Amino acid sequence: MRTRFDRELETLNLEMIQMGSLIERSIESTVQALIEKDVELAQEVIGYDKDIDDMEREIETRCLRLLLQQQPVAADLRLISTALKMITDMERIGDNAADIGEITCRIAREDYIKELRHIPMMAEATIRMVKGSVDAFVHRDLEKAQQVIDTDDEVDDLFEEIKAELIGMIHQDADCGAQAVDFLMISKYLERIGDHAVNIAEWVVFSLTGEHKNHRIL
Amino acid sequence: MSEPIKFSIQDVNLYYGDFQALHHISLDVPQNSITAFIGPSGCGKSTMLKSLNRMNDLVEGCRIEGDILLDGVDVYRQMDAVELRRRVGMVFQKPNPFPMSIYDNIAYGPRTHGVKSRSQLDEIVEESLRAAAMWDEVKDRLKKSALGLSGGQQQRLCIARALSVKPEVLLMDEPTSALDPISTMKIEDLVLEIKKKYTIIIVTHNMQQATRISDRTAFFLHGEVVEYDDTANLFSMPKDKRTEDYITGRFG
Repeated sequence: MRTRFDRELETLNLEMIQMGSLIERSIESTVQALIEKDVELAQEVIGYDKDIDDMEREIETRCLRLLLQQQPVAADLRLISTALKMITDMERIGDNAADIGEITCRIAREDYIKELRHIPMMAEATIRMVKGSVDAFVHRDLEKAQQVIDTDDEVDDLFEEIKAELIGMIHQDADCGAQAVDFLMISKYLERIGDHAVNIAEWVVFSLTGEHKNHRIL
Repeated sequence: MSEPIKFSIQDVNLYYGDFQALHHISLDVPQNSITAFIGPSGCGKSTMLKSLNRMNDLVEGCRIEGDILLDGVDVYRQMDAVELRRRVGMVFQKPNPFPMSIYDNIAYGPRTHGVKSRSQLDEIVEESLRAAAMWDEVKDRLKKSALGLSGGQQQRLCIARALSVKPEVLLMDEPTSALDPISTMKIEDLVLEIKKKYTIIIVTHNMQQATRISDRTAFFLHGEVVEYDDTANLFSMPKDKRTEDYITGRFG
């Protein structure tokens, strides 16, 4: 009865999976580049940003065209509007990964003031969140979306730990200040990525329940 | 629902001979609201609408059980059909102006109900045409035939004619399905405007129209009401899978 519309929605789902895996790879690579001081890889991540922007535009166009042509209601409307909201956060995640890549390019030649312990942990948690939020959308999985929202505290706690540690280091040796600030920025970017994943998960909850942050918005 | 109940439909069954067209319908229509009836063809929504002012009385073999109350009064047992139809007007899918002047179309109802004074009729005609947002369009040609009007104007004339006897409820059976988008928009604006004074029940096949103008929507299927809810709820988060499937175009 509505094969064309269903096909379009399937394509939208596929594109969301593609964009999702692109941003996941982007975060993974940017953290790997930082740890291994791999400038080439960092530059590759900066290059992903353009691909991610292109995907955002493509998905945006598809969603707007579906709104125009199908005037969707009910689950269709929630799904398409959720995709439209999600891609903004996904694109920002790409930006944040590229921002980390740029810092890596700058500091890769220096000796790090500390061994990176918390940052890889944060990266692991945020990648898990991003992956979870996109999976939750693709598989219409409410529980998974809720897990992402709950994981945010873990990332926030790690950020606070890193901040405290860096402040301590600056107290002891003012010379490490420049790099400490860079690491703080990197942690902040990761923490922001976690926030974007939470935003995505909250929209996934909306698409499944009609409620956004416990409010009926339609 | 803060508004008082205008129509209360209580466990209504309706039969055309052996065929049961409505099954245990119960729903309350609040006053000064717009209620939309939606559903696939043959689902009973028009039958339900027509039962409200007893248009089915004229259909041979039609039998109705249950209660339909207008302001708490049983319309089948405690009310005269002519009085009921004055209080509950109707507008049909195809504009059906009488083959007479614009003025006489509007004056017809009030005359039937005994209004004779010329000045009083003039007043009713102007008031009704203004209410239907077409006074300025036709005030200089009131004596011209209503059949010369465009389809959209004819339909608004029919609304004006329905309003001329000062009804309380307006039943509309797909009132814009034969109209172009501009005329449709004018009728929708008009319906939203007159809702302040009247209670409106509209049958529509146009989902977007239901979402644009109605406060509540009832989804009919196979002679039953599957779901009746605030329109925003029904179209964003329907509770019943059959509602979801119908409004998203999976059947019907």
